[in-house]
Amino acid sequence: MSRDTILILAARSDIAMAVAHRFAKAGYDIQLASRNVENLTDNKSDLELRYDISVSLHEFDAFKIQRHESFLENLPSLPTVVVCAVGYMGNQIESENSIESSSLVMRSNYEGPAIILGLLANKFEQRGSGCLVGISSVAGERGRATNYVYGSAKAGFTAFLSGLRNRLAKKGVHVVTVLPGFVATKMTEGMNLPIKLTAHPARVADAIFKSVINQKNVIYHKPVWILIMLVIRNIPEFLFKKVKL
Amino acid sequence: MKLSGWGRYPIIEAKVTAPRCIADISDLIQRGNAIARGNGRSYGDSSVSVRNTIHMKHFNRMLSFDAESGQLVAEAGVLLADIIEVFLKRGWFPYVTPGTKFVTLGGMIAADVHGKNHHKDGSFGNYISWIDVLTSDGSVQRCSKLDNADLFNWTIGGMGLTGVIVRAAIRLRKISSAWINQRTLVADNIKHAIEIFEQSHDASYSVAWIDCLKKGSALGRSLVMLGEHLDADGVPTKFRRSPMLAPSKPKRIVPFSFPNWMLNVHTVRIFNAVYYWRGKRVSKQQIVDWDSYFYPLDALLGWNKIYGRRGFVQFQCVIPLHNAERGLSDLLEEISNARTGSFLAVLKRFGQQSSNFSFPMEGYTLALDFPVNNKALALLNKLDSITLKHDGRFYLAKDSRMSQEVFHLSEIRAKAYRHYLNNAYGKTKFMSAQSERLDF
Repeated sequence: MSRDTILILAARSDIAMAVAHRFAKAGYDIQLASRNVENLTDNKSDLELRYDISVSLHEFDAFKIQRHESFLENLPSLPTVVVCAVGYMGNQIESENSIESSSLVMRSNYEGPAIILGLLANKFEQRGSGCLVGISSVAGERGRATNYVYGSAKAGFTAFLSGLRNRLAKKGVHVVTVLPGFVATKMTEGMNLPIKLTAHPARVADAIFKSVINQKNVIYHKPVWILIMLVIRNIPEFLFKKVKL
Repeated sequence: MKLSGWGRYPIIEAKVTAPRCIADISDLIQRGNAIARGNGRSYGDSSVSVRNTIHMKHFNRMLSFDAESGQLVAEAGVLLADIIEVFLKRGWFPYVTPGTKFVTLGGMIAADVHGKNHHKDGSFGNYISWIDVLTSDGSVQRCSKLDNADLFNWTIGGMGLTGVIVRAAIRLRKISSAWINQRTLVADNIKHAIEIFEQSHDASYSVAWIDCLKKGSALGRSLVMLGEHLDADGVPTKFRRSPMLAPSKPKRIVPFSFPNWMLNVHTVRIFNAVYYWRGKRVSKQQIVDWDSYFYPLDALLGWNKIYGRRGFVQFQCVIPLHNAERGLSDLLEEISNARTGSFLAVLKRFGQQSSNFSFPMEGYTLALDFPVNNKALALLNKLDSITLKHDGRFYLAKDSRMSQEVFHLSEIRAKAYRHYLNNAYGKTKFMSAQSERLDF
């Protein structure tokens, strides 16, 4: 019997690697996809040794959307679960002042992840099973002056996932939208984040694993972000535009 | 950020960086005053550098395992707990383990840790095939008994001053079950305890717990606990089908720092009495799972908070064999007279040890903790003098308060170490708050 397999896109990120550990622990074989994937050789050994599963490495660049189809053709098998951790926060000021910077942020948070998940969705639909997990962000819930370029791209991705879920609901394919708040990762290193609101990547991975098993639609992590975002979404615009968040 | 060891004393404002690749560590080292930090389980300031603490948490990958020889290659930040979790079920266990499994591979090498089997198997250093050390010149040097032997021998027990340990190959031991057969013997006093140890050289594991409040003819009253790995057919029937899997115990968490008044001579007296009578009452022979046997305190996550906000200090010395009885009696007398609560007093027979800078020597080691207060600190100074008088020395992984003078009187090897550090790979760029305090 072949084992369940999970494909992890942008596998070098901290959340992605934590997801790999969590699913490996549950006995999944793992396909790690990222740029410069040879850098993950040690992680492959580590996962295989710790959990007695198989790991394969696949070169993947979310920007090179023309290659996405051939990337999928070359996978050893169509995975059971896909977790897409593709994303790039960039720097808001730079995004405001440079087309390249803002385009980079928009493409890495929306175009790249949406295209690859769209392709996978078609394959899953054909097969009639599978689970697609997109890691978006609470930043996509409402545009704020401090990071709206990133936030708007994430908002697009969140909407894409919601549409995908709607389309595939009756086709046996499940879609999970993950909305993390602050997470202590490489991306947020050096930022001064409030400890109580900041999640550890391993806890995010636990939440993602549970959401796949229990077929949850949208999850926030930490859960307290449900409340925070409820408030933020409901501040009237005439007030919201004046506050600094 | 504020940093301390497991004793939460002293707390030091330190610059901490957690690099993700070798090149980043190399850059950090060039800034000087660097020290690597694993899981922060040394008690004092060994793994803290005010200017340049290098946190190794991202180097936590296991790289290969040879099921023929039991050799594991792993990065320095891998936790012993993870090694056990992965390999115990396949029938492997570390040759040497300290009293907690929440230590890193790099930390175990740098402190050359010992366990309850030191009298038979020696220290952790005996089971290292090679180490990759990132040295002062920014290069990774592989060293072993045969190649680069000086670096190898000074790195084992060298408290991180030869460089940043990035990887190592260690050997694991084949065992046939996850269970230990424990025998408990009662010793009426310290002399009796030593007699029992001297008659128990064949035991795989041995350790004694001492009631430090007893005086006179009962000075050093203790329970001596001996242990053997159990064969698969000795495992309790309920667990015999998978002898490598012991039931996992619920973990309890100490939620907050206890108030400082809670630990006093009376509460400790009660604890000690209960522990002693329980030890005496339970059948002399007991089958215990590996976790409860080797890591009883790990079941109480954050137990260091029991000592209150001010933290605690641990004292661990070793007294050479020929002075052991006299030295231990002197130490225990001083401790019982001081009537300052020590929760845990542990006695252990060390076997022979040949190493450059490691703590153990043939003799007896005594370890105690005290909540931090003036009375306890004064007592510790007296214990230092007694140890010196009997030609003993101190465990740096436990120390947080020793004076430079005491250290250099006890550690004639420090000069040779300094000499090596100054000559190898250019001037050393490594320093911990402890090495600065003690000047080695």
